[in-house]
Amino acid sequence: MQLAVLAGFVTAGLAPLLHHWLGARTALAMALLPASLVLWLLWQWPLIAAGETLLLAWPWVPALEISLTFFLDGLAWLFALLICAIGALVLVYSGDYLRDDPAQPRFLVLIVAFMMAMLGLVLADNLVTLFIFWELTSLTSYLLIGFHHTDPAARKAALQSLMVTAGGGLALLAGLVMLALAGGSWSLAELAGRGDAVQDHALHGPLLVCVLLGAFTKSAQWPFHFWLPNAMAAPTPVSAYLHSATMVKAGIYLLARLHPVLGSSDAWVVTLTLVGGLTMALGACLAIRQTHLKILLAYSTVMALGAMTLLLGIGTRAALAAFIVFLVAHALYKGALFLVAGILDQATGTRDLTGMGGLRHAMPWTALVAGLAALSLAGLPPLLGFIGKEALFSAVLEAPLLRGIALSLAFLAALLTLAVAALILLRPFFGARREMPRRPREGSPAMLAGPALLAGLSLWLGLVPHGLEVLVTATVQGLGVREAAVHLTLWHGVTLPLGLSLASLLLGALVVRHWDGLRARSARLEPFMTLGPEGGYGALMRGWMRLAEAQTRWLQNGHLRSYLVMTLLVLLGLVGHALFVRNGLSRASMPSVQLHEALVAALMVSGAVTACLMRSRLAAVAALGAMGFSIALTFVLFSAPDLAITQLLVETLTVVLLALVLYRLPRFAILSTPLRRLRDLVVASLVGGLVGLLMLSVLGGERLPRISGYMIANGQPLGHGHNLVNVILVDFRALDTLGEIIVLGLAATGVFAMLCLRPGSAADRRDEGPGENDHG
Amino acid sequence: MVKSGTLILEVAARLLVPLQLLFSLFLLQRGHDAPGGGFIAGLVAAGGLALFLFAHGRQALRALLKVSPRDLVGLGLLIGVLSTLPAWWRGEPLFTAQWWRIPIVGLEISTPLIFDIGVYLAVIGSVLTAIIALVETDRDDTIR
Amino acid sequence: MEPVLAVTIGILFAAAIYMMLRRSIVKLVIGLMLLSNAANLLVFVTAGLTRDAPPLVPPGMSMPAGVVADPLPQALVLTAIVISFGVLSFAVVLVHRAWEVVRTDDLDQLKETDT
Repeated sequence: MQLAVLAGFVTAGLAPLLHHWLGARTALAMALLPASLVLWLLWQWPLIAAGETLLLAWPWVPALEISLTFFLDGLAWLFALLICAIGALVLVYSGDYLRDDPAQPRFLVLIVAFMMAMLGLVLADNLVTLFIFWELTSLTSYLLIGFHHTDPAARKAALQSLMVTAGGGLALLAGLVMLALAGGSWSLAELAGRGDAVQDHALHGPLLVCVLLGAFTKSAQWPFHFWLPNAMAAPTPVSAYLHSATMVKAGIYLLARLHPVLGSSDAWVVTLTLVGGLTMALGACLAIRQTHLKILLAYSTVMALGAMTLLLGIGTRAALAAFIVFLVAHALYKGALFLVAGILDQATGTRDLTGMGGLRHAMPWTALVAGLAALSLAGLPPLLGFIGKEALFSAVLEAPLLRGIALSLAFLAALLTLAVAALILLRPFFGARREMPRRPREGSPAMLAGPALLAGLSLWLGLVPHGLEVLVTATVQGLGVREAAVHLTLWHGVTLPLGLSLASLLLGALVVRHWDGLRARSARLEPFMTLGPEGGYGALMRGWMRLAEAQTRWLQNGHLRSYLVMTLLVLLGLVGHALFVRNGLSRASMPSVQLHEALVAALMVSGAVTACLMRSRLAAVAALGAMGFSIALTFVLFSAPDLAITQLLVETLTVVLLALVLYRLPRFAILSTPLRRLRDLVVASLVGGLVGLLMLSVLGGERLPRISGYMIANGQPLGHGHNLVNVILVDFRALDTLGEIIVLGLAATGVFAMLCLRPGSAADRRDEGPGENDHG
Repeated sequence: MVKSGTLILEVAARLLVPLQLLFSLFLLQRGHDAPGGGFIAGLVAAGGLALFLFAHGRQALRALLKVSPRDLVGLGLLIGVLSTLPAWWRGEPLFTAQWWRIPIVGLEISTPLIFDIGVYLAVIGSVLTAIIALVETDRDDTIR
Repeated sequence: MEPVLAVTIGILFAAAIYMMLRRSIVKLVIGLMLLSNAANLLVFVTAGLTRDAPPLVPPGMSMPAGVVADPLPQALVLTAIVISFGVLSFAVVLVHRAWEVVRTDDLDQLKETDT
C-alpha cells in the first residue's frame, strides 16, 4: 500500500511524459491507478466488515519514532474508498473537461499528487507522517486553486487558502507534538486507547486548541469558512474533488480520528457543537444569497462540513452513525452536483443561475442526474440524503449538551438547504428558456459517467441501505464505540424527525418562491460583509505587509553602522542582564602587579587610543604596531614564548601589508557629525566597559576545571614532544589546525582572485565614470 | 616597489634570505620540543622571502622558489591531509599520531612532523600569495 | 595583573568598536585589527596568567615539574593570530579593490553604488 502511494507520486511526475505518448487518453490511463486501488480496497472489505484493522508497518526514521506505517480500519477504509473512487471518476471527467487545455499534463500531475497525499493522510498511523501528508494536501491544493495562474483572482484565492490552511497546519503541528507528549506515543492506533491519560494531562487545553485550529481551518469551519468559496477559482473537477469530497474532509477526518482520544471532554463537545452548528447555519444562509452556481455549491459544502462537525461534537453512537451516513451521502451528491455544474458551464458558457433556464430539453440526461443529486441534497426520500438528514435530526434530539441551540440551527440549515437544492434543480433546467452565451448541448459520455454513477449510488443506497449498515457499524466501532449495531431505514414511522423534515420542506418551498425578493433584500447587507472574518483576513495581511516593510526599512537600512549598533545594543542588553541581574558581580582579587607589566599595559592602551585619534594613516599604522608589540611583550611576560614569536612576526608582516595598501587609499576624512561621534563613543564605551566587567567577573568567579590537564600529562608520553603548545597544535587538536590552514589558504586565494583575476581593465574604467575614460 | 634598487638592501637580502630560510627550517624541526613549529617557521620563511621580493623583484623570487606560492598553499594542505592517512590505514582513527624510527640515522619521523611541514608550506604560500598579489597591483598602478 | 589587563582589554574593545562605527572604510579595517588583537588577548588572559613557567617539558622528563601555563589557550590563540592575519589581508585587499572600483572610502557612498 505504501508502495502504491509512493508509486502514485512517481506516476504523477510521469504525467507529462504519458501525455506526450497518449495525448488525450492520458487521464483515462492515469485513472487506472485509483481504480485499481478501489479494487484492492474492496478486496479488503471482508476484513473491515469483521471489524478488524490492517496494519502495514514500514519503519522510516526509527530513531525519531517516525514511521510510514499505514493502518486500515473502517474509518480509513471509507475515506480511502471515497478518495480513490471519486478520484478515478474525476480523472475520467477531467480528460474531457480539459481536452483542449494545453496545461492538462500539469493538471494531471497536481491532481494525482494531491490524491496520493490525501490517501497517505487518511492511512497514516504516525502523527508526523500524518502531518507531512496534511501539508502536502495544502500545497497541492494551493497549486490546483491557482491553476489558472494568469488570473490574478485565482492567484489571490490560492494564496488565501494556503495562508489559512498552512497557518492552521502550523497550529496542528504544535497540537500533534503536544498530543504525542501527552499520550506518550506517536502512533494513532496506540493513542486511541489512551484517551484518559491525554485528557488528564496538563497540556490537554493547549493541545485541544491547536488541533482544533488545524482541523477547523482545513475544513472551512467558521470563522475560517471564507477561503472555500474563493477557492472556486479552481477548475471545476478540482472543486468537485478537493472542495467537496476530499481535502476539506481532511479536517473532519482528523476530528473523527481523534474522537476516541479527545472526544469525551466537555470542551470538545461544546466547541464542536457550537462551531459546527454555527458553520452549518451560516453556510446555508450565505448559500441562499448566491447566484453563482459554484459558489452556491461551495457554501452548501460549508454547511455540510458544519453539520459533520456538529455530529462529531455530539459524539453519541447515533450521532457517529449519522456522521458516517451524512459523509457518504454528501460525497455522493456534492461530487455529482459539482461535476454537473462543470457540464453546465461548458454547455452554456455561464455559471450564473439567473442566466439559465429551460435546459431540460437540450440536456435531458444532465437534468436527470442533477435532479437525483439535488433531491439527495434536499434530503427527500427515497435518496440517501433523506436518511442522512433524518439521522442528523434524531442525533441532535439526543444531544447531551446544547440540544436547543443545535436543533434550531439544524432546522434552519435543513430548510435553507432544501431551498438551495430546489434552486439548483429548478433554475437551470425548468422554467422558460433563456438566451445563453453558448448553444447548450448534452455533455459527453465521459463527463456524464461520473456524476451519473454518483447520483445512481445515492438512489441505490437510499433504497437499499443495508449495504451501508455494515460499513457504518464497522466505522463507528473504529471510533471507539463498542456494541454499535446500526440500523438504517427509509421509513422510521411517524416520528419527530419526520415532522421536522416536513416542516422544513414547507418553509423551504416558501423561500424558493420568494428567492428573488430575499436576494434583493440581503443585497442591502452587502456593506456589512466586509466586517466579517474575510475582512479580518484582508486587514491582517495588509497590516503584516506594512509591518514587514516598516521593519525592513528600519532594520535593514544598508548601513553597516546601524547593524553593528543594533547588534551591540542587543548584546549589551542580554549580557548585561545576565551579568548584573542573574549572576551578580563578583569582585576579582587584586594579585600582585609589577611595574614593568603595568607599563606594558599602558603602552597597549596608548597605542590603541593613538590609532583611533591619528589623522595620518601611517601614524595610525605605527601606533597599531606599537600596540601589537606590547601584546607580544605580554605574551613573553606570561610564559607564552610561541605566542610572542608568532605575534611579533605577524605584526611585522601586517605593517608591510598595510604599508603596501594604505598609502594608496585616501586620507582619513572626518565624515561623521559630532553628535554621531558622541553616540558611537557612548556605544563603544558601554561595550568596552561590559567586556571589562565581564572579564573581571570571570576572573574573580569560580574557576571551572581545566581540560588541559590530560594534555599536560600526556604531551611527552603520548605526543613525544616537549613543547606542549606544538603537541596540541599538530597532534591532539590537529583537525582544528587543518581547518585553520584551510581558512588561511582560502583567504590567500581570495586575495589573489580579487587582485589578479580581474575582468579586463576596460570594464574597470567604465565604472570610474566617463570623465576618466582615456584608455582604449 | 617592485625592485628597491638600493645596493645595500640587495646585498643584505642575498645574505639574509638563506640564513632566514635555514633558521625557519631549524624552528620547524625543533618545534615539537621547544618554541617554534610550523606556524612560526612559516612566518619566518615568508618574512625572509618577502624581503627577497622587495630587494630583487618578483621574477627573481619566482626563479628562487621554482613554484608559484599558490601551489605551496595547495601542497601544504595536501601534505596536511595525507599525514592523517597512515593512521587510517592502520585501522586507527584519523589523525592518530604514528612514529617511525629510521634505524641507521637514528632520526625520528612522525605524522605530526609531516603535518607541521604541511602547515609550514601553507603559511608560506598564503602570506606570499597575498604580498605578491599586492605588489603586482602596485606595478599596475605605476604603469597607470 | 589580570584585573589590569581586563581593563586594558575593555579599552581595546571600546577603541575597536568606535573605529568600526566610522564611515571611512579604512578606519573600519583598523577597527577590525584592534578587535582581533583584543579578542586574542581576552582568550589568553581569561585562561589565567602564569609567570615564568612556559608549557615546556624539560628534557629527559615526561611531565613538567610544577605548575606551568595552560597550553591549550596558547594553541588556540596561536592559530587565531595567524588566521586574523589572513582575514586582515583579505579585508585590506577588499578595501583596496572597492576603492579602485568606486573611488570612495565613505561607506555611505559605497552603499549608493550597490544597485
